[in-house]
Amino acid sequence: MNFGVVVFPGTWSDCDFHYVISEVLRQPVRYVWHRDRQLDDFDCLILPGGFSYGDYLRAGAVAGRSPVVEALPEFVAKGGLVLGSCNGFQILCEAKILPGALMRNECLQYRCQSTHLRVENAETPFTRLMRPGQILKMPISHGEGKFYADPETLRRLRDQKQIVFRYCAEDGRVVKEANPNGSLDNVAGVINEEGTVLGLMPHPERASENAMGGTDGLLIFHSLLGSLVEDGSFLKR
Amino acid sequence: MSGAEPKVTLDLALASGLTGEEYDRIIRRLGREPTFTELGLFSALWSEHCAYKHSRIFLRGLPTAGPAVLQGPGENAGIVDLGGDLALAFKIESHNHPSFIEPFQGAATGVGGILRDIFTMGARPIAVLDSLRFGPAQDPRSRRLIEGVVSGISWYGNCFGVPNLGGEVGFAPEYAGNPIVNAMAVGLVSKTRIFRARAEGPGNPVFYVGAKTGRDGIHGATMASATFDEGAEERRPTVQVGDPFTEKLLLEACLEAMETGAVLGIQDMGAAGLACACSEMPARASMGMEVELSSVPQRETGMTPYEIMLSESQERMLLVAARGREEEVRRVFAKWELDAVQIGQVTDDGTLRVRMNGAVVAEVPVKALTDEAPVYDKPTAPPGWQDALAAFDPLTLPAPSDCSETLVTLLGSPGIASKAWVYRQYDQQVGINSLVMPGSDAGILRIKGTGKAVAVTTDCNARFVYLDPRAGAAMALAEAARNLAVSGARPLALTDCLNFGSPERPEILWQFKEAVAGIAEACRALDIPVVGGNVSFYNETLGQAILPTPVIGMAGLIDEAERRRTQWFEQEGDRIALLGPPAVSLGGSEYLWVMHGKMAGGLAPLNLQLERRVHEACRAAIAAGLLRSAHDCSEGGLAVAVAESCVSGPRAIGAAVELPDDGRRLDLALFGEGPSRVVVSMRPEAERHFERLMGEFALPWTWLGRVGGEAVNVRRGGETILSVPLEKLDHAWRHGFERHVA
Repeated sequence: MNFGVVVFPGTWSDCDFHYVISEVLRQPVRYVWHRDRQLDDFDCLILPGGFSYGDYLRAGAVAGRSPVVEALPEFVAKGGLVLGSCNGFQILCEAKILPGALMRNECLQYRCQSTHLRVENAETPFTRLMRPGQILKMPISHGEGKFYADPETLRRLRDQKQIVFRYCAEDGRVVKEANPNGSLDNVAGVINEEGTVLGLMPHPERASENAMGGTDGLLIFHSLLGSLVEDGSFLKR
Repeated sequence: MSGAEPKVTLDLALASGLTGEEYDRIIRRLGREPTFTELGLFSALWSEHCAYKHSRIFLRGLPTAGPAVLQGPGENAGIVDLGGDLALAFKIESHNHPSFIEPFQGAATGVGGILRDIFTMGARPIAVLDSLRFGPAQDPRSRRLIEGVVSGISWYGNCFGVPNLGGEVGFAPEYAGNPIVNAMAVGLVSKTRIFRARAEGPGNPVFYVGAKTGRDGIHGATMASATFDEGAEERRPTVQVGDPFTEKLLLEACLEAMETGAVLGIQDMGAAGLACACSEMPARASMGMEVELSSVPQRETGMTPYEIMLSESQERMLLVAARGREEEVRRVFAKWELDAVQIGQVTDDGTLRVRMNGAVVAEVPVKALTDEAPVYDKPTAPPGWQDALAAFDPLTLPAPSDCSETLVTLLGSPGIASKAWVYRQYDQQVGINSLVMPGSDAGILRIKGTGKAVAVTTDCNARFVYLDPRAGAAMALAEAARNLAVSGARPLALTDCLNFGSPERPEILWQFKEAVAGIAEACRALDIPVVGGNVSFYNETLGQAILPTPVIGMAGLIDEAERRRTQWFEQEGDRIALLGPPAVSLGGSEYLWVMHGKMAGGLAPLNLQLERRVHEACRAAIAAGLLRSAHDCSEGGLAVAVAESCVSGPRAIGAAVELPDDGRRLDLALFGEGPSRVVVSMRPEAERHFERLMGEFALPWTWLGRVGGEAVNVRRGGETILSVPLEKLDHAWRHGFERHVA
């Protein structure tokens, strides 16, 4: 599976994704510069964490209008998959490729900590190796990760099972105390209607080796690898 | 020479921070009156901050050589060998004065400055640490400073993309008007790609790269070389404003430009900006430099040569490239959308020649600005208070009626309680190297592709230094080395940030002299060289000096990353032992301060040879796989060390301890502090092997008890002297900092 890791000015999880994909998963991976529009070589593009363009104006606002992001809808329409983590999620929301918005954390401070996530939809190319209700451990690191959507959108997200991960306690209860940033409905990750673009605030690349404290993040990558069926097309959900 | 500049007079020289004597010296050296711009150059380069004029004479006594040292003091950062092709660059620096005036930007630009020091060497930053001191936590002014400083560090480091791996936060009334903000950065560099701040080769182009120059931070170095009075806030314009996004671009662009081979030398424009870089770079190579200031990218109009030379605008570098390869440099910086403008060239006449629109505005021998800066040997005298302080006997105070309550109070005091409130605001993992994040004795980073790991720490118990500067400073160093040893690491070198009051006061300079001597002694005894550092004098407001605070930043190597240890107990039934001597004192202890509000008394003796054996024994036991945990026994004494091992891990776990029945008063036995002590835990099966190993090192040590249960229980002579439910301790420790500070 050919991965591309998008690099914006100010991106910093690019090397971490690159390392996990090449050294842990042993899959081909290349960096994609933010000015590139030519994305045909890739099966899956990663929008990593960081502060693209300094996150000036709003987190992800400038990157959401960059050449590479403008080329994403066509890439997705042709069958490509997109994973946005942290700043990548913010960018996808700013570009309206994913619904909702990510606002300043409710505590008004940056938060870097471990979180637990409950798998709400295990029938996506990103989660098919997980069990519904499975609890994953993955760290977050952000100042603007509070998910918001208007009531109508939120209802639609629920109905169409587009909420993929929710922050939960260690035992799986979705409670306020387990919500690190004040996200509406404890939302940690959402997917587009077609099930081809996933955004999440946590960092799967930081949970892909035992030495880093856990490997739950690998489940996302392994799900992706399992999703590429032999004829080169993707298994739809 | 430009005619639009003010006439230089003695009064002007005095106003710019020079002394009358120094002004005379400048005139003698130049053979004429300096121009206005030249006066600016001298006032900045001869400031304490740049010239170390009061400290240099003492710093000469520090050992700086060692088998692992690739770069000692004098460059942007020190570098040590990690084996193979890799080396570690690291340095600590203060940003105390700016952080008092404007805590958010002051602290943020402190992080920015130290990061640039690392990547100018060609190293990619892999961690930062921060050592902070504030006035009393309950003072709202301290809280404002803490919030500002922590969010400034968080903002800059997080946006730049470097993990925070540790540090300290301490409190004392003496810091109320002068907080300490020291930032340390650590970077990884290939041994064959180390860059230095040298301007070599006449005719080679000098490039200005990075952010544009504005009027911010003019006289920052001079500001940092004076004490504060009531008008300190008015100096806010001398504080620089940071932009971590630009710094991140600058990092990538610099490292990429270095890869091309077109870069010969590079220096960060930090304190005293262009003035400093344009004189230090040629001075190191015995060269000269010519620059044309109208070429300098500016973001304000009408800036004078003086302002351009002295601006401390952030995120800028001065770079010397190989002649004929200018285009390669320009291309890389254009890719990252940064300015890269040739502003001059290297010359062979040893002179810094500054032009503005072709007219010479300054023409000074670079050595006059740098190597020939004044060095003072000012009088020192022990302070009058010293003997009385040392003579105080803490045991004349009443013993605590309830040691259990005392332990809970100590564990919840802001100096000892968990600092998660601080470090959860910092990214601790970016780079995916963090094997041990903040919250243990040292932060540990793996070195990808080698199986090795690096451990980093900062330490200083300023109360000890105040009570006995020589022993206290040696103890700070010993504790830093111990923090590495308990993590399984062998110290490679250290960087020191020496924060003191005004050196013009003999008693402060005495503190400084003694502290440096103490560091030198400990360096020699433990074989740990100094590879760089920073002196911050004039930490005084309205005559109140800070506690002498020589912060030691240290980096060490763990040959096998798997053989690393953390400070917390892990398993019920494990045996607990105490390594090191029994000698402790309540003098200068956390207990004495928290329970009695006193800072006095004598310190427990420091035996550096014994200290060294404790470290070696610790490392050997860890390397042999015997230990499950190891924790430095420091602030709060044995009781606090055991309690910390119980509550600071992923899962709280109790302990039952039996103290030797030595008749010492309970508060001394439980909360007394002394060097060279380590609390370890191990599987019961490891006991015999461990006993044998301790015998080989001829170490004083004793069994203490067992891990397990729902409480911390301490018995002596068959009697329970302390018993606290785990939940209560955990709560006190976890929420103590926030309760006092937030």
